[in-house]
Amino acid sequence: MKKLSIAEALREAISQEMRRDERVFCIGEDIGIPGGWGGAFTVTLGMEKEFPDRMINTPISENGFFGVALGAALMGLRPIADVQYGDFLFCAMDQIANQIAKMRYMSGGELTVPIVMRAPVGSTGRGAQHGQSLEPFFLPLPGIKILVPATAYDCVGLLRSAVRSDDPVMMFEHKLLYGSKGARAETGAVDASSEIPDEDYVVPMGKAVVRRAGKDVTIIATLLMMHRSLQAADSLAKEGIDVEVIDPRSLVPFDWDTVKSSVGKTGRAVIVEESPRRGGIGAEIGATLAEEMAEYLVAPIKRVAAPDVPTPFAPPMEKFYIPDTDRIEEAVRKVVSF
Amino acid sequence: MSENKYKTGFLLDLYRGMALIRKFEERVKYLFLEGIMPGTIHQYQGEEACAVGVCAALEPEDVITSTHRPHGHCLAKGLTPREVMAELFGRTTGCCKGKGGSMHMGNLSKGVVPAVAIVGAGIPIATGLGLAFKMKKEKRVAVCFMGDGATNEGAFHEAVNMGAIWDLPVVYVIENNLYGASTHVSKVMKTKTIAERSVAYDIPGATIDGNDVLKVYEAARKAVKRARQGQGPTLLELVTYRITGHSRRDPALYQDEAEKKKALANEPIGRFSKYLLSEGIAGQETLDRIDKEIDQEIEASVEAAMKAPEPKPEDALEGVFAEKS
Repeated sequence: MKKLSIAEALREAISQEMRRDERVFCIGEDIGIPGGWGGAFTVTLGMEKEFPDRMINTPISENGFFGVALGAALMGLRPIADVQYGDFLFCAMDQIANQIAKMRYMSGGELTVPIVMRAPVGSTGRGAQHGQSLEPFFLPLPGIKILVPATAYDCVGLLRSAVRSDDPVMMFEHKLLYGSKGARAETGAVDASSEIPDEDYVVPMGKAVVRRAGKDVTIIATLLMMHRSLQAADSLAKEGIDVEVIDPRSLVPFDWDTVKSSVGKTGRAVIVEESPRRGGIGAEIGATLAEEMAEYLVAPIKRVAAPDVPTPFAPPMEKFYIPDTDRIEEAVRKVVSF
Repeated sequence: MSENKYKTGFLLDLYRGMALIRKFEERVKYLFLEGIMPGTIHQYQGEEACAVGVCAALEPEDVITSTHRPHGHCLAKGLTPREVMAELFGRTTGCCKGKGGSMHMGNLSKGVVPAVAIVGAGIPIATGLGLAFKMKKEKRVAVCFMGDGATNEGAFHEAVNMGAIWDLPVVYVIENNLYGASTHVSKVMKTKTIAERSVAYDIPGATIDGNDVLKVYEAARKAVKRARQGQGPTLLELVTYRITGHSRRDPALYQDEAEKKKALANEPIGRFSKYLLSEGIAGQETLDRIDKEIDQEIEASVEAAMKAPEPKPEDALEGVFAEKS
């Protein structure tokens, strides 16, 4: 057992998977250059020493190397492809959305496509093209599993599940939760480190966790918003509002049982997300709860999200853009007092 | 019989391969026009020497990627007319159980990745096949079939560059049929040949008469050998002509009449038949016999496909993920 940040824990977990299974390899930009950063946020730092032939440094060709990962996966390898910033996934969208997601289906369910894709998200002073939370873009895309781990423990357990899965998996990681060090340390970072057990545990995909039990209102939140929701819940507790916080950990598959049983108990739901509100995670979860849980709801479902604008740069605007504890608390008070 | 460096059986196999594709495509065109077959089609008439010549240079364990015009590639790499025809009819006995259709035809057990119908998207995938062969130290080769239009996609540059820097065992085969849908290649490309784009990646490139099946075979053999020996990719431009529309019901009015006439005189099967006959390699009766066998095989494939079960509507829900969630 040792305490690790997400960046350190992922580095260990990926290395362990590569030791366990020689078919596993990493492919991406700047991921294994001696003297480099180990990807944009130090996750693969130094791994080229142990795996000189399995850290494939690519040209700046996102669409190209996601397709390369697909070809390699079809031949029985198990690539872990990462982008430096989630925003760059858009460059690779043909390979991700048209090829990787659909190859198994088009083959009549014959082929397996074991690819792990990793992408940092979250607004961190980098403006419109390096700070998007783009999870919702992938929700309506059948064929890709979507993970959103908020702690080092979950990052390790879910990474193992993803690498061992025969399906394409997209893992979104939050820049402020990595705990990256040195020149890659992030201003405003939040401690998401965990005690990591020595044993080879996995966290199954599609299993939510109740981070904080409560009886008055259910908050559903992922990544950084999960941490902020816990903070908000602590401060609301002082007002006598008992908040339950659910961390879905995985958006596809989604653990409806845990969410519904919580909302069935509290009768109130607030969904918090860092991406813009329109067509977002909250829209999907909220619509499903409205359809299927109407008889339990005692207040309208509330969404807390970023506004429908690009991620702004200037600090006051960025602070306004990202949902904070004040906005979460206000939303909870509204549904409780409805 | 004149001196010939090829065995007669091999030459007749080339003829058989091309005639199978031509007759298959003509039958399919008819089935579409009759309204019997669903979907849309992009057909391969006139380009048969490309698929057949290249695939003749491959081993069964080699793998190809194909395009929205895949029937020829699939048949040349060893898919049976039955599994291809059944897929065109959307039947459960098709090579993709009806989930692929014309544009995603393939069967990896025969070395064909389900065809990729986004122009250029197969190039990174084929490059990834090559990366896997190299990492696994397997002596296999990947062949990426693409059209002239694909070489203007960003994916072409990204992927061929990666194939080149890593010396991957990939052969990039461009079937230059002079048209991207209705647009002539001269309107979208400044260079005189596509092969000269290989200079940008420091890999060999060659422009070949893509309607001469033996020239295609020889060029492919050289490129495949080079790839298999670990010397990296080659870019082969096969100049050919589509003697049918871009897709179903396209009368190809954009093709110049004189050009079309010339192309018909230059189409690969007529040329190769003349060669076989004039060299005394085969008599007309041999070619007629082969043609007849193919006709029977194709009719049997149509009959089998039309009798084969359609998928249940709710089969649409299966086959997304390997693991139930």
